[in-house]
Amino acid sequence: MMAQESSKNTRHIDVAYVAQLARMQLSDKEVPLFQDQLNHILHHVDTLMRLDVDDVEPTSHPFPGENVYRDDEPREGLAHEAAMKNAPKTRAGFYVVPKILE
Amino acid sequence: MTRGAGDLMDYRVTIGLETHVQLKTQTKIWCGCRNRFGQPPNTDVCPVCLGYPGTLPVLNRESVRLTVMAGLMLGCRINERSTFDRKSYFYPDMPKNYQISQYDEPLCLGGRLEIEVNGRKKSIGITRIHLEEDVGKSIHYEQSSGVDFNRAGTPLMEIVSEPEIESADEAFAYLTALKQVLLYGGISDCNLEEGNIRSDINCSVRPVEREELGTKIEIKNMNTFRGVHRSLVYEISRQINVLNDGGSISQETRRWNDETGVTEAMRTKEYAHDYRYFPEPDLMPVVLTREQIEGWRATIPELPGDRRARFVREYGLSEYDAGVLSADRNVADYYEEAARASGHFKAVSNWIMTDMLHAMSEGAIPIQEVKITPGALAGLIDLVDRQVINRPSAKRVFTILFEKGGNPADIVEQEGLSQVRDTESLETYIDEAITAHPQSVSDYRSGKKAALKFLVGQVMRLSKGKADPQMALEMLRERLDTG
Ligand SMILES: [Zn+2]
Repeated sequence: MMAQESSKNTRHIDVAYVAQLARMQLSDKEVPLFQDQLNHILHHVDTLMRLDVDDVEPTSHPFPGENVYRDDEPREGLAHEAAMKNAPKTRAGFYVVPKILE
Repeated sequence: MTRGAGDLMDYRVTIGLETHVQLKTQTKIWCGCRNRFGQPPNTDVCPVCLGYPGTLPVLNRESVRLTVMAGLMLGCRINERSTFDRKSYFYPDMPKNYQISQYDEPLCLGGRLEIEVNGRKKSIGITRIHLEEDVGKSIHYEQSSGVDFNRAGTPLMEIVSEPEIESADEAFAYLTALKQVLLYGGISDCNLEEGNIRSDINCSVRPVEREELGTKIEIKNMNTFRGVHRSLVYEISRQINVLNDGGSISQETRRWNDETGVTEAMRTKEYAHDYRYFPEPDLMPVVLTREQIEGWRATIPELPGDRRARFVREYGLSEYDAGVLSADRNVADYYEEAARASGHFKAVSNWIMTDMLHAMSEGAIPIQEVKITPGALAGLIDLVDRQVINRPSAKRVFTILFEKGGNPADIVEQEGLSQVRDTESLETYIDEAITAHPQSVSDYRSGKKAALKFLVGQVMRLSKGKADPQMALEMLRERLDTG
């Protein structure tokens, strides 16, 4: 599904909301702290926005280049035991996670 | 004026489908792990598809070709420049916490798919096709869930239709036609049991006199075409009933419960996503040249609809027969090979349409695994045409060929099935039949013509089915009429 683009307004970041999206738990003190820091960054972006970039091609990637491919050929992956080794909990070859609400 | 409850005629239905198709590649989209079904959990995995920090995806060339091929077969425009984006969300089956997908520069844009419902042809628009990665699979225990990442990173193509589908039947026809095209192109195995094709449905209804669309309901993750059909039949009538009762539809995501046969609202929280798409920094843009695209276009096989039309034109088949024979590319290939070997186009069609497809469905055998070769079928038809064997014997030979393979002439020989057509042998059977059934003889002579048929049956029985029934009939009639 195509996402509904929210928060179009780049001039404000709702820290509490974004933290919730990122599954980050922020304390009551941290919310205003980060809010303030992010506002500074946005302020800097505002400065950049004043530049005249009409003649500049938009860039979505820092490196030039295109068409980096691999051929469709199988390669050895991780052995099952190695893949499961660091999992806190496993069961019958599955990674066990807190109950997923479907 | 009051409406009749749930009267479909007063409403217009608008349906759009987002169909996810797993591509038929050897390996996953970003890593060299195998793309296959049915392995023990977490055995086709590596640091890339497990989302370990520090790993980098490298795009599988073949997944691009297959997506572009699908686009070309569906009449899409191929974007010469296409990019990938991150779609952020948190779910245990998505190890990176984002899915790599394509947002505003997908590989294919705008296309069409021809469908037919109750003899009425219609063309459904394709909005776009983009390439993304599949997620892992989860199973649910009492207190926890288990995750298997074998499926994570399977190349997945999302085909988005225009909201031009107007009934459950059309949705079913759309998916069936789509599957046919994808199978023809070798894009996907389209195995529904293995989850190769999964659809999300968008559906709304509105009174016929209203211009703007009704409120859209989404039904998520349907993995059978029958489920799509059933859920739409239910959902359309549910929405109409709500509107008839003066209620209103609120935008929501619903889940189809196949056991109870109803759709159920999902809790708002479960689908309230804010994906925060942004350009994927780990992947470079895909830039395709005109020559490359045209080169692929040149390899497109004849499409199912075109083949069907050609079967009617070239082999003189009925629309219906041509439709059945062209539905599966392998069946169509088989037909053409046998038809060309035989020259009896209609007879080949009849054998495949009846005996062959029946035996295949009985044994759940795909035509690629059938033991009777197209050449053997042509040979069998030739034996019938030259009256070497009669119809019942031909059926026996077919059964043997189907089960064991081999040469039809050899089987006729081994089984002693050659039709008895020499007058001397037939006279012997006729003598025997007449002697054994004097009553039938006098019945026939006193005008009961049905008695002749009985006597022919006796000749067939005495010859163990090998007599030429037409010759036996003529000889018997002559004997009784003159004797
Ligand atoms: Zn992998």
